[in-house]
Amino acid sequence: MITLDGVCKSFDDGATFAVQRLSLHVEQGELLVLLGASGCGKTTTLKLINRLIEPSDGRIEIGGEDVRSLDPIRLRRRIGYIFQGIGLFPHMTIAQNVGIVPRLLGWKKTDIDSRIDELLSLVGLPPEEFRDRQPRALSGGQQQRVGVARALAARPRALLMDEPFGALDPITRDELQGDFKRLHDEMGLTAVMVTHDMTEALLMADRIAVMQDGRLVGLGTPHELITNPPHEYVKTLMTMPKRQADEVEAIAQGS
Amino acid sequence: MEQLAIELQKLPELLAEHLRLSLSALGLGISLGIFLAILSIRFRRMQGPLLAVASVFQTIPSIALLAGMLLLIGKIGFIPALIALCLYSLLPVLRNTITGLENVDAELIEAGRGVGMTPGQLLRKVQIPLAFPVIIAGVRTATVWVVGIATLATPIGQKCLGEFIFSGLSTKNYTAVGVGVVSAAGLALVLDGLIRLLELAASHRSRPLLVTALLLLAAVTLGGLSPILIPSGEKNSGSAIIVGGKDFTEQFILAELIATHLDHAGLPARSLSNLGSTVAFDALAAGQIDCYVDYTGTIWSNYMNRSETPEPEEALREARRWLESEHGIRLAGRLGFENTYALAMRREQAERLGISTIDDLVPHAGDMRLGGSFEFFGRPEWQAIRDSYSLTFGDTVSMDPTLMYEAARDGEVDVIAAFSTDGRIAAYELKVLADPRHAFPPYDAVLLLGSEVARASGVMDALRPLIGALSDHAMRRANMLVDVEGRSITEAVETLLREINTREE
Repeated sequence: MITLDGVCKSFDDGATFAVQRLSLHVEQGELLVLLGASGCGKTTTLKLINRLIEPSDGRIEIGGEDVRSLDPIRLRRRIGYIFQGIGLFPHMTIAQNVGIVPRLLGWKKTDIDSRIDELLSLVGLPPEEFRDRQPRALSGGQQQRVGVARALAARPRALLMDEPFGALDPITRDELQGDFKRLHDEMGLTAVMVTHDMTEALLMADRIAVMQDGRLVGLGTPHELITNPPHEYVKTLMTMPKRQADEVEAIAQGS
Repeated sequence: MEQLAIELQKLPELLAEHLRLSLSALGLGISLGIFLAILSIRFRRMQGPLLAVASVFQTIPSIALLAGMLLLIGKIGFIPALIALCLYSLLPVLRNTITGLENVDAELIEAGRGVGMTPGQLLRKVQIPLAFPVIIAGVRTATVWVVGIATLATPIGQKCLGEFIFSGLSTKNYTAVGVGVVSAAGLALVLDGLIRLLELAASHRSRPLLVTALLLLAAVTLGGLSPILIPSGEKNSGSAIIVGGKDFTEQFILAELIATHLDHAGLPARSLSNLGSTVAFDALAAGQIDCYVDYTGTIWSNYMNRSETPEPEEALREARRWLESEHGIRLAGRLGFENTYALAMRREQAERLGISTIDDLVPHAGDMRLGGSFEFFGRPEWQAIRDSYSLTFGDTVSMDPTLMYEAARDGEVDVIAAFSTDGRIAAYELKVLADPRHAFPPYDAVLLLGSEVARASGVMDALRPLIGALSDHAMRRANMLVDVEGRSITEAVETLLREINTREE
């Protein structure tokens, strides 16, 4: 569905590379997690896919089409995007936020309205209660549910998620992770999610791509990466949740 | 109360003109400001220079900016005032729009791009709505400034509420000043309030509030403009003769006198006073006014740039020839009185020091303060009198001509550069010092006509009775009625007209 082939990105004319010779393939219906520390190039990679950033070299395809042959505006309208800072427009109601892409695509008003109701129900926000409210009247978790609904509104071919649950408190995050995973599996969405949270990556991903200094250092299912880490860095990352859980367990045992 | 009623009669027309000027300037300034701001968001390199230029306009004193436009465009009235005010309103709108657009949360701009907005959609759907409160704050600042500063359009010949203030100050008619100040401030507050209402309507997305605000704004605009939008029929300003006047009492009286006289003779005329001294001359030369009264000495030294002091007849003859050949202006004749500059001081002090001529003043001048108008200290006569008498004052003070007579009476200055026809010289017991060396050129009041009006049938004939009809005494009395006794210009004009008519019979 999404293919990256030898993609490079330098912001300083080749002196340093944020992304270096990255090749990846995301299957139809797969949830691929880009995992790595801050500054490893994972968010840049995400933005390269919908041309918010243009690559310095390499080739990116979506559904077999080279993204450079597509109009970036039209491309973005066909790819859902969920932002780390949620990014709801504060001067629009919840319904207007959810309906923004269908409106940009020129859907009929009745179609937009029924789609908004459908989506709000899907993400667990009763439309009659939430349609006309302002974003600031919602909790962080509710806001990101709206963010998910907005990203899905125009039935996108793929979903890009930039640390979508990073701004939420742990309990809300846990709840949304579960809900989103269910939604993903039910709808068969193709999604690329960026995170630096190991637990989140292990629990949600079909496959994980581990990045370090702009390079891909590991790629596989959570099981594969835990049992057979291809790289010392991957091993450190993968054992961390387990080690932490053991420490918590030890505290619980009172030793 | 009676005075107030007279002033209020002029209010509808002046308010309408003020509103027309302010709203046109604001409309232009706001559109241009927002347009340039958006442009400078797209093309960042423009931003610094744009803001710098707009700030420079802001630092130019408003009255100088207005006068500068007059020089640049070479016309009086609406257009130069419009351009100056438009430039003045630019900065707050430009700066606030840029600040507002720049301060939109970067995350929201990213979100807008991420969902697939074009740069234009991003601007319309995200940046402008979010920057709206800041932009509106700039618009409100511009509105209040422009409505206030529009009062300064009076000296460049645009009718506006400033007419109350300027003529009120120079004739000590504080009722008029009050009417001008209150109505200009009121207008600014009303417009500001309406914009605030629009802003509230927008921020609450309330359609009823928006409709109310727009209806109120339309009502204020149409209601305010109605006196000039509805043609009154009787006053067909297109063909009316426009009588100019400078910015002091005598000129207000003369402009009104000539206009009334022409009206009585069946020639529709209206007066346009409060013009700056050279503004009146330029306006006549450019055909924007049809006639006004000037003084031979002013023509001689200010327009012809001659420095020697002529005999009165010579000045008249030379001025007539020069005006006709250089500007096609007809000098119709002397009105009869002379309004020369003269040094005057308190009679009591003059007698105590034994001063009766400027020569007598010379030994004492080093300890004295001289008061005079801004214009006087910039004129060649000031140089001439210092040279002829080797006169040096201890100190000189520029002040409004209206205030200097009282300053002399109250001892705040010792000597003033007075106008010889001013009624306050006698009323305040001031003594005019003789000028034995004839340092001051002759200042015979002369009626000047533009070339078109001079050729028009009947106009010269209608004006002929005014030639030679106004004595020094009559003019001084008329001035005193207004300046000392607080009568209206109209009353002074009626007194003069009665005098002229009895003379004729």
